[in-house]
Amino acid sequence: MRRIRIGERTLDLDRLRPRPASFPWGSPTHPGGVDVPEEERRTGVDYDTAWSRRYPTRVARAFFLEGVTRPLVHAVIPPNVVGLDLLDGLEPPVIFAANHASHLDTPLVLSTLPRRFRHRAVVAAAADYFFDTRWKGAVWSFALAAIPMERTRVSRRSADLAAELIGDGWSLVIYPEGGRTPDGWAQPFHGGAAYLSVRTGAPLVPVHIAGTRRALGRGARRLRPGPTRVTFGRPLTAGPGEDARRLAGRLEAEVAALADEGRTDWWQARQRAAAGHTPPLAGPDAAPWRRTWALGPATDTERRRWPELGRADAERSRRRRD
Amino acid sequence: MSPRPGFVLEVDRSTPATLMWHGEGYRLERLPTGARVVYPPEPLEPLADPRGAIRHVLENPVDSAPLSALLRPGMRLTIAFDDVSLPLPPMRRPDIRQQIIEAVLDAAAAAGVDDVVLVAALALHRRMTEPELRHALGNRVYDSFAPHGLLTQHDAEDPDNLIHLGVTDAGEDVELNKRAATSDLLVYVNINLVAMDGGHKSVATGLASYRSLRHHHNVRTMLHSRSFMDQHRSELHSSNWRMGRLIAESGVKVFQIETTVNTDTFPEQFSFLSKREWEWSARDRVGFLATSSALARTPDRVRRQIFHSMRSPIGLTSVQAGEVEAVHALTTENVYRQQLVEVDGQSDVLTMGLPYICPYNVNSIMNPILVMCLGLGYFFNLYRGRPLVRQGGVLIMSHPTPWAFDPVFHPSYIDFFEQVLAETTDPLEIEAKYEQSFATDPWYIHLYRTGHAYHGVHPFYMWYWGAHALDHLGRVIVVGGDPAAVRRLGFKSASSMADALEMAEDVVGRDPSITHLHAPPLLMADVR
Repeated sequence: MRRIRIGERTLDLDRLRPRPASFPWGSPTHPGGVDVPEEERRTGVDYDTAWSRRYPTRVARAFFLEGVTRPLVHAVIPPNVVGLDLLDGLEPPVIFAANHASHLDTPLVLSTLPRRFRHRAVVAAAADYFFDTRWKGAVWSFALAAIPMERTRVSRRSADLAAELIGDGWSLVIYPEGGRTPDGWAQPFHGGAAYLSVRTGAPLVPVHIAGTRRALGRGARRLRPGPTRVTFGRPLTAGPGEDARRLAGRLEAEVAALADEGRTDWWQARQRAAAGHTPPLAGPDAAPWRRTWALGPATDTERRRWPELGRADAERSRRRRD
Repeated sequence: MSPRPGFVLEVDRSTPATLMWHGEGYRLERLPTGARVVYPPEPLEPLADPRGAIRHVLENPVDSAPLSALLRPGMRLTIAFDDVSLPLPPMRRPDIRQQIIEAVLDAAAAAGVDDVVLVAALALHRRMTEPELRHALGNRVYDSFAPHGLLTQHDAEDPDNLIHLGVTDAGEDVELNKRAATSDLLVYVNINLVAMDGGHKSVATGLASYRSLRHHHNVRTMLHSRSFMDQHRSELHSSNWRMGRLIAESGVKVFQIETTVNTDTFPEQFSFLSKREWEWSARDRVGFLATSSALARTPDRVRRQIFHSMRSPIGLTSVQAGEVEAVHALTTENVYRQQLVEVDGQSDVLTMGLPYICPYNVNSIMNPILVMCLGLGYFFNLYRGRPLVRQGGVLIMSHPTPWAFDPVFHPSYIDFFEQVLAETTDPLEIEAKYEQSFATDPWYIHLYRTGHAYHGVHPFYMWYWGAHALDHLGRVIVVGGDPAAVRRLGFKSASSMADALEMAEDVVGRDPSITHLHAPPLLMADVR
């Protein structure tokens, strides 16, 4: 019981707390022994986002994206955008599939997409995270044109919605990992993006994002401004007889090659890709500490570093910075 | 999701307050822990294509040739239809009667039938007004028949248009509408709201005269109908069946079209009235609070107009046509499919909230006699097997029971209330001493035939309707009623449900078992 003393009197704070209103002012209680029917779900994958694609909302979002999101992205996490030329001649709808490290990934990608895609793109967002309440669903539907997507599987409802939207000419931004990386290394790609590409015939554009984990990684408590890099790859389409699983494998390999390109250069990355030596996105298959170690210290660049083992290394590194 | 069946809830501490109708309003009442609440089944899915289903049954009737085969040029065709007392509340357009009659008329036109007359099967009910006829039949039918005098309303006091067909084995006169009885084909269009409706009762009651009706609309029949909703234990049913068979033997060819409806009773804005309280959404609660507080501040007349302008979204769940008894067997199954709820055993006390409407006050006032008829007649008899309340138990009804009458629709009710009930409330005594004088009063007959008045004898029938309940119950208590009107009815008045339950203990003892009938929407208790 919480009490405060005011002069000679004691005030019981618990008594000041509003009590829950009784029925019918408040919600009814349920009698025992009665099956409580499941309420019609209007959150999660059942959240209806149709309103966010109507013309007035799109206009409002375009103003928001151009007037707020993009300036903030360029001010806080200025992107170095690479590979846009590969999208020349490509017309919507397109599926952009990227690695995922941060909540900043989506505003970053939307800010860097060419204009013809930018204002007619929906973002596949985790139904259980971004749409678990109606107000969150409303916020993300408006700000990012997010649509709810099951993260662990291709559910019929979310897949149908995405396919329908692609059929209507909307491009899709999707993170095949299903969530942000927990340790800095990419998680295995799910097949959803490739499945949608095979189902709808829309080209699949691999995208690699770097730098956002350092700015606002999973569990980060504050934003750390700094440069980022967005690398677009060559559009992929399913070959004759190619199924979604194989296309998903190709996609993952392409994103890994883009990551390699970001760490080294395009030519080296292509050579390693041709030789099948592209470092895997998922990192080394080793003990957790070695995987973390392999990421290198969190610095202003995402360049992979091996641990500095002695004064000679430190001196060499200092000289390189100079 | 398929509709959930009705069920019996046992009230516990976490059960929210229970919605009870209270005339042109509703209340939330807390029932004691351990009380039972009988909830109606959810509305069945309506037929997707009612017009298609109607056309189909007209050509594929049961135990009868198709309608088109019964129609021929030069024949006399009469189409009788249920009056304004069905369905309740009046349904949204298009009314079922309109849809069926248009289909029948299409078939008649195709067969070259010229001599067609429509008859509203009023029995001793009031004549329908033009807007009511237009609502039931649609403008096309009304405008095609009414201007030529071919849309008629049965007149049970017109000696020139009645025909005596004979006397049943039980000595019952059968006197019917002459036009209907002498037609080559009588098509009857019915709406079955409760299990009592339809079957031979349609023609044998709806198109009969007082001379004929008095054989089953009497105290003895009602005391032997337990209940009159249960065909196998209803003397009312048996009497009508005897008459119906005599009608058939007399050569009257009846093509019966019966329909059943679901219990989707109230429009969307009042949907909370059909929901179980613990499933009320925030919108339902806002709807309840807003409407109940607004209604409390609304004058009686306006409140009545609001409720009587309500049009029910009820949907057609089945339609069947052909021979009367075969059709009615199917109809009854469909009524039970929608309304039956199994209840285990009787209780000491039965509570019910009475709504603003009963079959006899459409667009009018629910006067105290109709309150008695709705509670002790209709709702008490909504059982199969045994009544929900034990012999000598207590019935508690919630209704304002105003001392108010509609002088146009219910003139004889006023005198019945002022003169007859002031003397006695015993149905047998009332029947013996007063019925004849009211039934033959020329002024009431004049008002019935030329105005929109119920027949002079009608309030007696309303009282007889409750005779079984009066005989069965130890006490009737009305919650929130006009004390003077309630006293005149011979009942006790209580200001709150808690008071009424206390008063009931005087009759049935302490800690009585209580059952609440959560209707409308309508249900029928199958008491084991």
